[in-house]
Amino acid sequence: MRKISVLDRILLLATVLMAAYQISYGLNGLNFLPTWSYTIGFGVLLVAGLLLIILGFEGLESQIVVIVSTLIPLTISLGLITEHLPQFSTIYILFVFLGFTSVAVTRYTAEGKTATIVLAVTHGIAGILITFLPVVLSIRGYVSPGYILVGVGGALIGLGGLLLAFLKAGRPILPRDTILSVLPGLLLLMTASYLAGFMYK
Amino acid sequence: MKKLKSKLISAKRKYYPLIKSLQTVLLLITGLSGYMSARCPVHNIPTVLGLTASLLLSISGSTVLNMWYDRDIDAIMPRTSKRPLSTGETKPNEALIFGLVLSVIGVAWALILDPLYGMIIFAGLFFDVVVYTIWLKRRTAWSIVWGGISGGMPVLAGRVLGTGHIDWVGITLALGVLFWIPTHILTFSIRYHDDYNKAKVPTFPSTYSFQTTRLIIAVSSVLATLAFGAASYGVGLTWGFMRLLVVLSAGLFILAVQSLRSPSERITFGLFKYASLYMLSAMLLMFLTGF
Repeated sequence: MRKISVLDRILLLATVLMAAYQISYGLNGLNFLPTWSYTIGFGVLLVAGLLLIILGFEGLESQIVVIVSTLIPLTISLGLITEHLPQFSTIYILFVFLGFTSVAVTRYTAEGKTATIVLAVTHGIAGILITFLPVVLSIRGYVSPGYILVGVGGALIGLGGLLLAFLKAGRPILPRDTILSVLPGLLLLMTASYLAGFMYK
Repeated sequence: MKKLKSKLISAKRKYYPLIKSLQTVLLLITGLSGYMSARCPVHNIPTVLGLTASLLLSISGSTVLNMWYDRDIDAIMPRTSKRPLSTGETKPNEALIFGLVLSVIGVAWALILDPLYGMIIFAGLFFDVVVYTIWLKRRTAWSIVWGGISGGMPVLAGRVLGTGHIDWVGITLALGVLFWIPTHILTFSIRYHDDYNKAKVPTFPSTYSFQTTRLIIAVSSVLATLAFGAASYGVGLTWGFMRLLVVLSAGLFILAVQSLRSPSERITFGLFKYASLYMLSAMLLMFLTGF
C-alpha cells in the first residue's frame, strides 16, 4: 500500500483545521438539528483526517471506515434539509437512520454485491442532495450564488465516497495507489468548498 | 568564540535530552491554558513570563531528576538506552546538580510570583520525583496515579495564578489530566511491554493483562473527556469550541473502544498519539477562550 507522504500530511492537516474552524465558528446562528448534523459531518471529517495523519493509509483498511465515512454525506445532507427544507426533516432523518443502519449491517452480513449496492444508493442519494440543493436554492434566490460551492463540495465528496466504496468492495474504479494519492487533495478541496460555500451563504 | 560555540553545542547535547522537550512543552501548555482559562489578560507580560519560566524550569527540573534516578533502568530498556545518562555522555552528578538547580530556581520563582501557586508547583514536583519515581514506580503499577496527579498540577497551578484561589474548575481540569495520563502512559506500556519487563518495572500489562489495560484505557478516556467537558463548561467555552471538544472527545472514545475490540500495535500507538493531540487541542481551546 502507498505510504503517506509529508505533502499528504500537510494537506490532511489543512483539512482538519478547516473542519475545526467550520465546527467552531461556521455554524453559529443555526437551529439545533442543522447545527449538530453539520457538526457530526465535519467532525467525522476532522477525526478521519487526524487518524489518517497518525495511522497512514493503512487506517483505511478497517471495514468500520466505510461505515463511519457514510456519516459525512448523510449528516451534511441532513443539515441542508433541516436548515432549508425543514418540512422534510422527519422523513429525511428516517432515511439517514435506515441508510446508515443498512450500510452497517450489510458490511458485515451481506455478500459483496448487495453491500456495494446499498452503499452506492445511500451515498448517491445524499450526494445528489448536497450537490444540487445548494444550486437550486441559489438559483431561486434563497441564498447567495456563493452557496453553490457547497454543491461543489457535495460533488467532490460523492466522487471520493464512490472511489473509496468501490475500492473497499474490491472493485476499484481507479488503481488503489492513484485513489490514495488524490484522496488528501480531494478531502482538502471538498472541505474548502464547503467552508467557502457556508461562508458566502 | 569557536571554543564557546563548541562548549554550547556539547552542553546542549548533554543536557537538552534530559528535559524531554515534548512532554515538558505539553505540560507547560496545560499551565498556560489553566491561567488563560481564568480569562486573565495575556498582555500581563510579567506574570505570563513568570508563569512560563517557573513552570518550564520546575517541570524540566523534575524530568531531569526522574531521569537521574531511573538511569539504571533506562540503561536496561532498549527504548531509553541511548539517553545521555545511560550512555555515560552525561555524568550522574552533573545531571543531579542540573536537575536540582532547575527545580530550586523554578519553585523559588513560583513562590515569589504567588505563594499558593508556588506550593502547587512544589507539590507537583514532590509527587513526581519522590512519590512516583523514587517511592512507587518500581513497586506497583498503580504508581501512575501519582504520576497523573503530578501531571495535573501545572494546569491547576496556572488556574490558581489566574484566579487567586483553588476552584472546582481547576480541580476538574487537573482531574482531566489525571484521567488522560493512563491513555497516554498505558498505551506506551503496552507498546514497550518487553522493555519494562526487562527492567522489572511493574506495569498494568504485566501485573494484570493487556485486555484489562485496554479496558482501563477506555474507561479513563471516557472519564478524561467528561472531566474536560465539565471544566470547559465551567471555563465558559463558547458553544463552537464546546462542539469541537465533543468531536475530539468522541474520536478519543471511539479509538479507545476500537483498541479494546480489535487490539493491534497500530491502533495502540494511534491511540497514544491521538491522546496527546487531544490533550493539546483541549488545552489550546481553553487557552483561546482567554482572548
